[in-house]
Amino acid sequence: MNKTLLILKQEYLKRVKKKSFIILTLLVPFLMAGMFALIIFLSINNDKKERNIAVYDESGLFLGEFGNEGYTKYTFIEKEQYTKLSSGFKETEFYGVLYIPGDIYTNNSAQLISEKQIPFEVNEQIERKLSRFIENDKKSKIIAESGIPDLGERLEATKTSISLKTLKISEGGEAKSSSSAMAFGASYAMGFIIYFFVFMYGAMVMRGVMEEKKSRIIEVIISSVKPFELMAGKIIGTALVGLTQVAIWVVLGIAVMFGVQSFFSPEAAQQMGQSIMEGQQNMNPAAMQTVEPNKAMEILDMIGNLNLPFILFSFVFYFLFGYLLYSSLMGAVGAAVDNDEDSQQMVFPVTFPLILSIMVLFPIARNPEGPVAFWFSIIPFTSPVAMLARVPYGVPLWELLLSMFLLVLTTIGAIAAAAKIYRIGLLMYGKKVNIKELIKWLRYKN
Amino acid sequence: MEFFSARNVNKVFADTHALTDVSISVNKQSIFGLLGPNGAGKTTLIRIINQITAPDSGEVFLEGKPMTRADIGQIGYLPEERGLYKKMKISEQAIYLAQLKGMSRHDAAKNLKLWFEKFEIMSWWNKSIEELSKGMQQKVQFITTVVHQPRLLIFDEPFSGFDPINTNLLKQEILQLRDNGATIIFSTHNMGSVEELCDHIALINKSHKIVEGQTDEIRARYKSNVFEVKYRGDFDKVSRALSGQIKVLDHVEDKRGNQITVEHYNGKSNNDLIQALIPVAEILSFEEKIPSMNDVFIKAVEDSNQNQKK
Repeated sequence: MNKTLLILKQEYLKRVKKKSFIILTLLVPFLMAGMFALIIFLSINNDKKERNIAVYDESGLFLGEFGNEGYTKYTFIEKEQYTKLSSGFKETEFYGVLYIPGDIYTNNSAQLISEKQIPFEVNEQIERKLSRFIENDKKSKIIAESGIPDLGERLEATKTSISLKTLKISEGGEAKSSSSAMAFGASYAMGFIIYFFVFMYGAMVMRGVMEEKKSRIIEVIISSVKPFELMAGKIIGTALVGLTQVAIWVVLGIAVMFGVQSFFSPEAAQQMGQSIMEGQQNMNPAAMQTVEPNKAMEILDMIGNLNLPFILFSFVFYFLFGYLLYSSLMGAVGAAVDNDEDSQQMVFPVTFPLILSIMVLFPIARNPEGPVAFWFSIIPFTSPVAMLARVPYGVPLWELLLSMFLLVLTTIGAIAAAAKIYRIGLLMYGKKVNIKELIKWLRYKN
Repeated sequence: MEFFSARNVNKVFADTHALTDVSISVNKQSIFGLLGPNGAGKTTLIRIINQITAPDSGEVFLEGKPMTRADIGQIGYLPEERGLYKKMKISEQAIYLAQLKGMSRHDAAKNLKLWFEKFEIMSWWNKSIEELSKGMQQKVQFITTVVHQPRLLIFDEPFSGFDPINTNLLKQEILQLRDNGATIIFSTHNMGSVEELCDHIALINKSHKIVEGQTDEIRARYKSNVFEVKYRGDFDKVSRALSGQIKVLDHVEDKRGNQITVEHYNGKSNNDLIQALIPVAEILSFEEKIPSMNDVFIKAVEDSNQNQKK
């Protein structure tokens, strides 16, 4: 056991000291932060461009009603100028020309001409201005016709905005607010993280084994330690490297996020929020303003209701056993082959279930109760990804226990088989190894 | 005194016998040559001693006790196919390998320094194996084999990849290791070095041990009544004097004197030969021709192959 510890330490230090590890580990949070910063930056500085839009109002209704908004300015023009502009306005100060036809009331359409691609916001802003004006105009006419003095206020009061709050009843009969979106996000993210790490670190174990075999140091090593000790040390050491990486990412990620936020200052963050919300707010300012603060509370509430300890436990469990299962198999592949091409061929059948499980991750996250979700989360080779995708939605206890039990059983079996292949394969050179050959090795007696 | 022995070891791979009932016995502080053609089973036996593979039947003993996993730290093994971690620092991996053999990090570093100083390679301490030439790598590999002060050393073709100067250096080191108390099993095809180094040999052919014994004794066993005589005189006269009694296999004439190689037969003795020569030539030297280890090897293997055919 001492020797396993020694190998574990050696593997861990070797990998953690590697330049590529340090660079990747340090770079990823900064890359993510950079992306985050870029998004904020772009959304703040998005529309600082001044646009001057010429408005030719044939209907004559809108004069003075088109206030400048944001960086967009509106200038009313006469017919002569409009005819001149319609033949081209590259040289002029105008970004675009808005033509409001005389029959806009009946046709519900206007025209915006530009020589550039018109941004969505500008398009949306003009539509909103036009519609609201006509709407208000029609409304005020009706109010005037009806003769009811406070009809305006009463109509305003009819405005309603319903927000649907989804509740889930737990086994204890307690209703908790749940969010499908939240569960979906968590489910997809966790499935993907498991897939990514199992694949990446399993491949790392495989390459490590191949390196030892190819450089021929393996014979010296296994004259000092048992192949199983070597394999165990390698697999656990590499797992610790993965955990170190995750830990650094979490810590750095949090630090960097705070850094970005303070760099852009709270006002900047608020401004970003506003610029995103702007459109909706303008449509229904009263409703939005009251809902906003509650929404944040609601999200926190829903995260709290996701049953975090349970999810975390499942994550660690499936991560651990998924990794053990696949890294021992990939280690065995690394021991069985002695060149890269063969390893490519051999590793595919081994990792195929893993790839399959990432392919069904989306359907599972969408319908966590369906037969696909059920079977993939019970079958051990796909369960680490598939079951985790279901966990945020809540899984019947018996299904979870069955899945875990099968996974543990399979992992033990896989480790035993892998150890055997590993032991035989390590000193086997120049032999083309295929699945049939490996099955033969499994039948060898000790 | 016996230090190591293998008793009735059998090993079968799939359908080929790698070792059939092989026993060897190695004396303490001796150098034991494990010889045999390619594919005879030497490497399998070596791997069994190292507990890399287990025998189907039979056992290996260290100082009379069956070897256990704990004895592995007492062995230093230099395999025929060598290699070290390419990217790891030389000192670091040598210390790591010694630790795997059960040495403490501190002792390993201390011993390693002594060896590096002895081989005058302290400047390689922080280098990686990739930066060294093949011959230099072999030196490092040799050091990693002995740094944990093993009591049983197993060298598989230790001289391959060494130039004559380094081969000589290595031979001196091996002899010194023995004099300092180590017992050495030595597998090679280089028969010159076997004659020079080995006290004892075993010859394995097609999974069977066919010859075992002290090197001198085996060579003597394979002598075939052939003698070399140096003399001053005329070859024709000598030839006539010997005809009918003693067979002349070969003769060489040069400025320093003539030489004949003769074989006794018909029960003639050395004295008969000398008596026949005295009248016709002045005898300068008289020596029984002992076969080289090379001759023994070829003869023994051919005989055994022929016996198997019958």
